[in-house]
Amino acid sequence: MNRSHRLRWQAAAIMTVAALGVAACSSSSSSSASSSTSSSTALTASAPGITPTTITIGSHQPLTGPAAPGYSEIAPASAAYFAYVNANGGVYGRKIVYKYLDDAYNPTTTASVVRQLVLQDNVYAIFNGLGTPTHLAAVSFLTSQKVPDVFVASGCDCWNAPSTYPETFGWQLDYISEGKILGQYIAQHFKGKKIGYFYQDDEFGMDGVKGLDYEIPSSMVVSRQTYVPTNVNVAPAVAALRASGAQVVVAFSIPAFTALLKLNSLKLGFNPTLVVSDVGSDPITLGGLVTAFAKQAGSTLNGNALINGIITDAYLPALSTSDSWYVLFKKIHDQYDAKEPLDGNFFYGMSVAYTFVQAMLNAGRNPTRADLVSAIEKGLPQGPMVAPFAYSSTNHLGVTGAYIGTIQNGVVVQQGSVLTTDTTATGAITPYTGSEQQAPASGVPSAAS
Amino acid sequence: MRTLPRRLGVAIIVAAIVAILSVKLNAFRDYQIAEIAVYVTAVAGLTVLTGLSGQISLGNGAFMAIGAYATALLVIHLGWPFYAVLVVSAAIAAVAGAVVGIAAARLRGPYLAGATLLLGVAIPSIAFVYPGTFGADQGLNVVFSAPAFLGVNFPLTRWQAWVSTLVALVVLVLLANLGRSRIGRNWRAVRDNDVAAALDGINVAAARVRAFVVSATSAGVAGALLAIVTGLVAPGAFTITLSIALLTGAVIGGLGSLAGALWGSLVIVLVPTYITDVATSHGLSSSVGSNIPIAAYGVVLILVMLLFPQGIQGGVLRLISAFLGPDQKSRTRRTAPTPHVTPSADQAPASQHEKEGTL
Repeated sequence: MNRSHRLRWQAAAIMTVAALGVAACSSSSSSSASSSTSSSTALTASAPGITPTTITIGSHQPLTGPAAPGYSEIAPASAAYFAYVNANGGVYGRKIVYKYLDDAYNPTTTASVVRQLVLQDNVYAIFNGLGTPTHLAAVSFLTSQKVPDVFVASGCDCWNAPSTYPETFGWQLDYISEGKILGQYIAQHFKGKKIGYFYQDDEFGMDGVKGLDYEIPSSMVVSRQTYVPTNVNVAPAVAALRASGAQVVVAFSIPAFTALLKLNSLKLGFNPTLVVSDVGSDPITLGGLVTAFAKQAGSTLNGNALINGIITDAYLPALSTSDSWYVLFKKIHDQYDAKEPLDGNFFYGMSVAYTFVQAMLNAGRNPTRADLVSAIEKGLPQGPMVAPFAYSSTNHLGVTGAYIGTIQNGVVVQQGSVLTTDTTATGAITPYTGSEQQAPASGVPSAAS
Repeated sequence: MRTLPRRLGVAIIVAAIVAILSVKLNAFRDYQIAEIAVYVTAVAGLTVLTGLSGQISLGNGAFMAIGAYATALLVIHLGWPFYAVLVVSAAIAAVAGAVVGIAAARLRGPYLAGATLLLGVAIPSIAFVYPGTFGADQGLNVVFSAPAFLGVNFPLTRWQAWVSTLVALVVLVLLANLGRSRIGRNWRAVRDNDVAAALDGINVAAARVRAFVVSATSAGVAGALLAIVTGLVAPGAFTITLSIALLTGAVIGGLGSLAGALWGSLVIVLVPTYITDVATSHGLSSSVGSNIPIAAYGVVLILVMLLFPQGIQGGVLRLISAFLGPDQKSRTRRTAPTPHVTPSADQAPASQHEKEGTL
C-alpha cells in the first residue's frame, strides 16, 4: 500500500514535469513565431482545414477512366504551382496541401470522395472539381456544409447560381458564351456557306449549340449531328454531315471525338472548314490523338499536319515563348512536373491554381470560409486569363471572353482581338480593350490592397 | 419457422451495432455505412439470383437505375414521403424484373449474360433520350433531409446510415426467409438440375422469373437508397461498371450467401478508399498513385478467389470449422434446413452446405 502510494506520487510528479515541458515548448515556439512576424497578427487556425502552417484543399478529378486522357494532367499541374508557391513563401507563410482524389468521372464516386474530403479530411475548400455530371453530385452537399466550392472545372452555366449555391464559383469560359463567340465569327466570315454542327449529346454540347444558335441564322445550319462519348462510331454522323453538303463543321466535342471527326472526314474525302471549341482543340493533345488513332487503324499520318487550319477559341495564355506566362509556367513545369507534357491541360491547371492563390491572398491572413467567398465576390484580377473575370455577388461565372485562333504547326495563333460577352441571347459581343496582365516576376500573385 | 426469431434477433443486434458505430464514428464513416448498406441490398438480391436459382445477371445496375429514377421522379413531382417512395420504387423495379425475367427464363449461360449486359448498357442511356424527364447527363437532384424531431443539428449522414441499414436489414431478413421457403428450395432444385426439377413438378420457368423479380426488387430498393444517400440520380452512376461491381461483390463474398453479400460489399466500398489513402499518403507520383487502387483491387479479387474459392463467407466458415472441429461444423444450425436432414459428422455435409449456400 505504501508502495503504490509512492508510485502514484512519482507518476504525478512525472506528469507535472512533462506538462510543464510541453507548455514551455509551446510557449517558446509561439513567442518566436510572433516575434518573427511582429508587424502583423499571428497565424491562427481560422477555419476548418487551416492551421497556422497549412491550408488543406481537396478536389475530385478523373485520374482514371474515360475522361482521364488529358484531363488527368490538370490536378498535377495545379499541385506543381502550389509546390512553387509553397517554396516561395506560401500564402502568408502557410503551405497549401492539395489532396485530389480519383472519381473516375463517376458521379457516385464523386459524391463519396467529396464527403471524404469534407467530413474526414476536413478540407478548407473544394477546388477545381472536374466535370459537369460529377460535380453536380457534390454541389448540394457542399452548399449544405457551407464549404467554398471554387473554380469548378466545367463550363456549365449551372455554377452561376449565387442564391442556390452561394459558395460555388465557375472559372473557365462557359459554353454558351463560347458558342456565341464562335458563332459570331462563323456568321461573319462564312456568310452564305452551309454550316453543320457536330456536338456531344449532353449539357456541354447543348449549351455550346445554344450559344451558336444565338449568332448563326438557322437558315445557314444544314445538319445537326450528335455523338455520345461511349460510342466511338461517329461514321454515320460524319456521313450525314457530308450528305448535307456542309462547308463548315462546328464541333463541340472532347479531344478524342474531334480526332475521330477529322479522321472519319478524311476517309470519306470530306474536307470542310473545322471550327472546334476550346475543350476539344488543344493542339498537342489533338495532334497526338489523330496520329495514335490512325496508327491503330493501320495507317501512318502526321496528326499535327492534319489539324493545321482548325479554327478555335482560347481564354488561356498562348503557348508562345514570348508570353510572360509561358516563361513562368515552363519554369515551374521543368522544376516540378517535367514528366507531364507542356500543353493546354498543364496551362489550365497552372492558371486555375494561380487564380486560387490570388483569391486566398485576397481573403486575408486568417480567413474564414466566408472570407474566401466574399473575396472572390469582390472580383479578382484576370491574372493569366486573356479576359477579365465576371465575379460579383450576383455573378459566379468565371472568365468572360476568349479570342479566335487557328491551329498552325501545333499552336493556336490568335486572330483578331479578345472578345467578351455573357450568356444571354441579346448580350453583345464586344472586343476587350483592356490590356493583358504580365506574369509577376516572383511568379506569385500579390494580395489586393 | 423456428429460424425466423433467430434472424430477427441477428438483425436487431446488427442494427444496434450500426447505431452505436454511427454515433461513435465520424460523419464520413456514417456515409460509408450508408453506402455499404446500399451495396448489401443490391448484392444480396444478385447473390440469391445467381447463387440459388443459378441465373446470372450483368444488368442489375439497370434495375438500380430504375429504382433510383422512380424515387427521384416521385420525390420531385409528387413530393411523396420517403417510405412510400421506397415501396413504389421497389414495385416498379419488380415489374421491370418480371418483364426481363420472362425473357431471361428462356436463356441460359452466356446468352443470359449477354442479354442482361445489354440491359445494363441500354437502360441508363434512356436518360439521354428523354432529357426533359430524366435530366440527361446532369441527372435529377433528390433532396432528402433528416426528420424534424431529431433536431436541427442531427447529422444527415447518420440519418442516411440509419435508414439505409434498416432497409438493408429488412431486405436481408425477407431474402433469408424466402431462401428457406418452398420458393428457395425450388430455386436450388432448378439450379442443380432443371430437368429433374421439372419432373418433380416444379414450374421451372416460373421459378426463374420469380428469382429475377426478387433480384430486381432488391436492386430497385438499393437504387432508391442510393438516390437518397448521394442526392443525385444521373446515368453516370449506373454504368456497366456498377453491374460488374455488384456481381464482383456477390462472387467475392460467396455466391448464394447473404453474409457473403455483406463481405463483398465491404470489399467493394472500403478497399478502393483505403488503398487510395495509402497510395496518396506515400507520396507516389500521380500517374502511379491513381492507378494503384485499381491494380490493388484486382490483386485482392485474385487472392480471395485463389484462397477462398467459395468466397469470403466460404473461407470464414472453413476457418470456423477448422477451429471447432468436424463435430461442431455439422452442428452448425444454419446449414441444416430441418433436423432430420442433418447428417453425421463427415465430409458430406460440408460440400452439401457449400452447394446450397448459407442463408
